[in-house]
Amino acid sequence: MTISTPTAPATVPTTDEDPFSAAVLADPLPFQHRLREAGEVVLLERYGVYAMGRYDTVRSALLDWQGFESSAGVGITDFRTEPPWRPPSLLLEADPPHHDAPRSVLAKILGPRALRELAPRWQADADRLVDEVLARGPEFDAVEALAEAFPLRVFPDAVGIPQEGREHLLPYGDHLFNSFGPENFLVRHGAPHIAEHSAWVIEQCARERIAPGGFGAAIWAAADRGDLTTEQAPLVVRSLLSAGVDTTVHAIGAILHAFATHPEAWAMLREDPGLARVAFDEAIRLEAPVQTFFRTTTRDLVVGDALIPRRRKILMFLGSANHDPRHWRDPQRFDLTRDPSGHVGFGMGIHQCVGQHVARLEAVSLVTALARRVRTIESTAEPERHLNNTLRAWETMPMRVTFA
Amino acid sequence: MAARNEARNPAPAPRDTLIVQRKQPVTDRVVHLTLGRADGTRLPDWTPGAHIDLVLPDGATRQYSLLGDPRDPLRYEIAVLREPEGRGGSCFIHDRLTVGDAVGFGGPRNNFRLTPSPRYRFVAGGIGITPILPMLRAATALGAEWDLLYLGRTRSSMPFVHELVADHGERVVVHTSDGGRIDIGRWLDAFDPEVKAYTCGPVSLIDDVGAATAGWRPGWSRLERFTAADAGEPARTTPFEVEVLGSGRVVQVAPGEPVAGALRRAGFDLLTSCSRGVCGTCETDVVSGEPDHRDAILDDGERAAGTCFFPCVSRSKSDRLVIAL
Repeated sequence: MTISTPTAPATVPTTDEDPFSAAVLADPLPFQHRLREAGEVVLLERYGVYAMGRYDTVRSALLDWQGFESSAGVGITDFRTEPPWRPPSLLLEADPPHHDAPRSVLAKILGPRALRELAPRWQADADRLVDEVLARGPEFDAVEALAEAFPLRVFPDAVGIPQEGREHLLPYGDHLFNSFGPENFLVRHGAPHIAEHSAWVIEQCARERIAPGGFGAAIWAAADRGDLTTEQAPLVVRSLLSAGVDTTVHAIGAILHAFATHPEAWAMLREDPGLARVAFDEAIRLEAPVQTFFRTTTRDLVVGDALIPRRRKILMFLGSANHDPRHWRDPQRFDLTRDPSGHVGFGMGIHQCVGQHVARLEAVSLVTALARRVRTIESTAEPERHLNNTLRAWETMPMRVTFA
Repeated sequence: MAARNEARNPAPAPRDTLIVQRKQPVTDRVVHLTLGRADGTRLPDWTPGAHIDLVLPDGATRQYSLLGDPRDPLRYEIAVLREPEGRGGSCFIHDRLTVGDAVGFGGPRNNFRLTPSPRYRFVAGGIGITPILPMLRAATALGAEWDLLYLGRTRSSMPFVHELVADHGERVVVHTSDGGRIDIGRWLDAFDPEVKAYTCGPVSLIDDVGAATAGWRPGWSRLERFTAADAGEPARTTPFEVEVLGSGRVVQVAPGEPVAGALRRAGFDLLTSCSRGVCGTCETDVVSGEPDHRDAILDDGERAAGTCFFPCVSRSKSDRLVIAL
């Protein structure tokens, strides 16, 4: 295949479908299938951006931070031509060398070794929450009672922010993840209140707001050691509050839904509770809470047969890559005998989710607590989706359990 | 234990071999090596100040700072000083290693990270210039001000001195010992919160800088000692065993086979994510035996403790490693 000029990428298939429409957001799998089948790279005509949905392509592009940069923003907005709505993240929206110091600081603070102390506490917290929920009866909305309740109970405490005002966290995160997409009905819905949520969040990142002993205090201690500047520290704390709440809520929603719809998997987990970690990653593979992120090309790049010109936005479909039958056998199945290692639900490469161990520990604690008390899980009504331009989420998930 | 249904196209196993692509003398005693994968694929990412472990064909392991550009995903560059007094690793590289040869590697790891600052003062002694080179590039990209004091016996013994002076002019101050002993205390004077110092060189230089900056705020003067890095046990080139505590099972691991792969092949559940020793997902407790750490996560103290390892890349020095899954 020959490419005539860099400005005429004639070989790129195009689509006029809108991945940010309510219909596609509610059920993205058929669109993602068409995207993968159309080619390695597809031009989304409506937005003038490129898209990729196959596993190998997405994974390679995620690893290639040199060719696909993040500092022009990981949403549809190009920070080089349009000002971002908030000060850019020092992690998500940064490239090396700017990215290096904040990343190494957080990687240490949120690493599995640092979480060892938290594990028994979070297990006790999860056991207590499950006891409280089950004491109210066998039927509940799993989104509110568990998926939202558990992270909101343990994570802000682990960061060390004050109790008051935590109701800002979920709407802040929800709007942030909407804002990576185009200015559609979801962004317009959240816009009127975002200034207030955003102001509260950044206020909590100040040194004097942060309680000792938690992740936030560890970030400020890193600034005292000179590993970060004091200007960077609050923004690094903000990253925890931006990326660490909604994502985990929806990850837990995903695993609970998977178990409610796959009773054989629940039985298997109850028999071998050690499968909880694998179950969590299999749920992330199946229903990646973060479905998409944009990158921006730093030069003309050839991907397969397609030429992507320099300085163009490209939308990586993480969820689609995790469903690519070129890589996964029977990808739509929640299968605890599968090895989900290598899924791109947390991204891959230098921007791979730095909080994945925290999310995994939260989910494993909760699922382990449930497995101790609950024999069966079933849906009592069709769960309802919560639409977001980036996140795959549930609004409600009515469930009934039987006690063990 | 659940039987595993492998992904259709599993991510490629970590390959820990590099090919010498270029070998170029830069002084009488320093050779500059360019290394890359045989298949031309990406190397693990690194940041300025990082080093790799080079595993020579006789199993000896040596650490070398990466001096190239982290934006180049295909090549690592190192510079090796000939040390006739050492245990022979550097002489092997100088005298025997040629373009096209394969060497093993581990890492990269970084114990000498560039932390943010409006201004930097870099101090390098001789071959200690190697980790400083990518720091200069990063400092420029970060928009920071910097200068470099580069010390050596004679100009002709100092690797990359001509390029540095040509590229950066007055920001590079070259001092040779034939010009007399330098007063480091005048170069690194009073503590200034806007200035960080990074020093790499021989023990005497590290001691002088350490003394000169003893009153600075901790963390503002960072030192990396260049030692005759001929330390460390040779890496195994023979198979070893991994016993999984409580399972009554022992898994054989062949040379070149990742431990994670061997465990999965034997039917154990082991979650990995990055497969590069970076993310920490596969952290596994070590009950007994001595791990051969190849990850980028543990610091020196944690490595020495040997109570955990990362089976996606790390291996064993002892005949048997007992782990808890």
